[in-house]
Amino acid sequence: MRLELQDLTVRRGTRVTVDRASLSAGPGEFIGLIGPNGAGKTSLMRAALGLIAASGSSSLTALPPARRALAAAWLPQTREAAWPVTAEALIRLGRIPHARPDADPAHIEAAMARMGITHLRARPVTELSGGEQARVLIARALAQDTPILMADEPIAGLDPAHQIGAMATFRTLADEGRLVIASLHDLGLAARHCTRLVLMDQGRIAADGPPAKVLTPALLAQVFGVQGYFAETPEGPVFQPLRLTAP
Amino acid sequence: MVRLAAALVITLAGAAAAEPQRVVSVNLCTDQLAMLIAAPGQLQSVSWLAADPSVSLMPDQARSVGLNHGSAEEVFLQDPDLILAGTYSTGPATEMLRRLGMRVETMAPATSVEDVRAAITRMGALLGQPARAAKVLADFDADLAALPKGAPRRATTYGANGYTSGPETLSGDVMRRAGLVLLTEGAGQMALEQLVMAAPELIVTGSRYPTPSRAESVLDHPALAAIPADRATVPDRDWICGLPAIVGTAERLAQ
Amino acid sequence: MKVLLPLSALCALLMLASLLIGPAGAGLGGSLAALWSGEGALGLVMREIRAPRAVLGLLVGASLGLSGAAMQGYLRNPLAEPGLIGVSASAALGAVIALQTGFATAFVLALPIAALAGAVLAVGLILIMAGPGGGSLALILAGVAISALAGALTSLVLNLSPNPFAANEIVFWMMGSLADRSWLHVAIAAPFMAAGAAMLWGAGRGLDALTLGEDAAASLGIDLPRLRLRLVLGVAAMVGAATAVAGAIGFVGLVVPHLLRGAVGARPGRLLAASALGGAALVLAADIAVRLILPGRDLKLGVVMALIGAPVFLHLIWRQRRGR
Repeated sequence: MRLELQDLTVRRGTRVTVDRASLSAGPGEFIGLIGPNGAGKTSLMRAALGLIAASGSSSLTALPPARRALAAAWLPQTREAAWPVTAEALIRLGRIPHARPDADPAHIEAAMARMGITHLRARPVTELSGGEQARVLIARALAQDTPILMADEPIAGLDPAHQIGAMATFRTLADEGRLVIASLHDLGLAARHCTRLVLMDQGRIAADGPPAKVLTPALLAQVFGVQGYFAETPEGPVFQPLRLTAP
Repeated sequence: MVRLAAALVITLAGAAAAEPQRVVSVNLCTDQLAMLIAAPGQLQSVSWLAADPSVSLMPDQARSVGLNHGSAEEVFLQDPDLILAGTYSTGPATEMLRRLGMRVETMAPATSVEDVRAAITRMGALLGQPARAAKVLADFDADLAALPKGAPRRATTYGANGYTSGPETLSGDVMRRAGLVLLTEGAGQMALEQLVMAAPELIVTGSRYPTPSRAESVLDHPALAAIPADRATVPDRDWICGLPAIVGTAERLAQ
Repeated sequence: MKVLLPLSALCALLMLASLLIGPAGAGLGGSLAALWSGEGALGLVMREIRAPRAVLGLLVGASLGLSGAAMQGYLRNPLAEPGLIGVSASAALGAVIALQTGFATAFVLALPIAALAGAVLAVGLILIMAGPGGGSLALILAGVAISALAGALTSLVLNLSPNPFAANEIVFWMMGSLADRSWLHVAIAAPFMAAGAAMLWGAGRGLDALTLGEDAAASLGIDLPRLRLRLVLGVAAMVGAATAVAGAIGFVGLVVPHLLRGAVGARPGRLLAASALGGAALVLAADIAVRLILPGRDLKLGVVMALIGAPVFLHLIWRQRRGR
């Protein structure tokens, strides 16, 4: 399934938080949505999912809500788990859009295995650490088993091992033929794992392409106000921000 | 100045000794008893309740006498030489009138026919009208003697909140004089299911207010309507006060 | 389901106890025989006095338990309870206005409709002031304001009543009682409770999804505006009908979900049915208790509920204070 955004525009009061964003993405892509705070990354994804009002068009909002829930899963940035339900019960919520409950256990098991949280299944989520909660919530989105997965800063607050683990999982999902879009602040991990980066600045899509084409000195200075080191290595692309550009 | 004060003292003393000329009553029951016994013009005002036909037997007469609302200020300004009050009614107001030097006489509510007889005599004495009181009492006694004895049915009153009147109440005594046998030993609340189980032969209910209340809703309960017993309705005004008119109430219950 | 079966059995047991306990003491066998035959004075007592009281206790309790669980699930806050946040008080205000203006006698269902209208206003206000994510502080403060206003207005309407009995009945409306209720009261409350239950029953999936927050729930295909409408109407219908016939009984919707949350794995959807049964059991038990503790004195149900509920409420606040 492809995601097509055409001139998507979100207004909040008089402020334009997403400004005529157009994007076309398809199976096999892991898109890192990058940009400074307030660039409009979250608004872009929520508008694409139809969670906030927007002008322009999104191929997802064209679907009725029940079909949309089978097409795209969404992992919000705020990690909410209101009640002390078990990790397994929380992950099962991802199966709500699906009509066939007999298929549920397999998907739940697979999601837990992918995120390495099978041992936490019987624990109340409210008693888990922040990182464990984050992984349970990612597993919940995986259990929804949709061709498109959108995640808002899914790896914020995870330790390095679990950050790498989560990014690798997203990449695997893309390689399996899904479309994954995640907003990220860690440009190094984004450069290393994503197939494509979309750079947002003040509501607009400032650049869109493979990491080497987006993390250029000019764009970094212009959008983030930083200088960095970028290299293609046998291990893959490596990026490290170094210093602020001179004012 | 001294002569004026002395004159006042003499006037007041004289007034107290002779029959009071400006009587104010602030209680529904003393209102009606006073209206029965007082000489024309002797009553200055009675309480506003006496003009309410739902509780008073003499609303027209009360209006022609004049009404008060029982506040100390209002009564004081009418400059009465005798104030009639109930034992329990308008406590603070009567206390204040006493402190202001007014003559306040209180009468306890009647709980039996004997109480009514005593009250008639006392009211005659207070108003300085013993002859008129004696006439009222004689008529009352004659009516009582002429009261027919009804069948000894097992009976009870049933009112808001399941309240029943026991034998130590005026309504209990009136029912007994009508030949009825009271179902309850003492006054108080009786659960509806206790009433059903007691199997009364006559249930006496009182007046209802036009707007509903939760307390009275028990009187609308289908189980009450389903009890196989005779019904009688006695409006509150017919026995709320100890007046000679209670004979008429007893007569109706005896039938 | 392992929770629902014992709870149903408990309800059945308490129904039986409620039928057998009353001031007109009668033996177990005799009472049941009279209930069956309906003959004699005891038959009248069993069929027309005790049976409607027991049934009404069951219905009122189930309504309050279910409403509490639904509101908590929607607001994601264990402190949300119709009695504490002014929904019951507003329903009482609606009922009292209907009774004192005579609207209640206009047609059979006028009384519960007026109570429902009062409840809708309160639930709506609560959702505006403390909608999902509004936090406990906003919820409780809005609830205090609505309760106080509704209570004061109820008191005013009763004071203006020409009926001196009505003028003293703020206690009944604020505390609730099942004494001397008849089949008529069951008949006017039951349709609204059934409609409310039907609306809330279907909300289980949505409430489950809301565990993840509004955004995630919406992305799971949950129609949030429709869920909100279901909740407002369902809670208002159930609490309105219960309050119209039995007065405002607080704490049921707080205590019951709190006690049963562990048994259903904290899942808001499964808590609905369990809380309905639990609420029924609690109100039946409390109504039996008021008859045993002070027979013949019409001890108000709300008094017993507050004695049980207030400590639970304080315990919950304490737990939230410590950050759960």
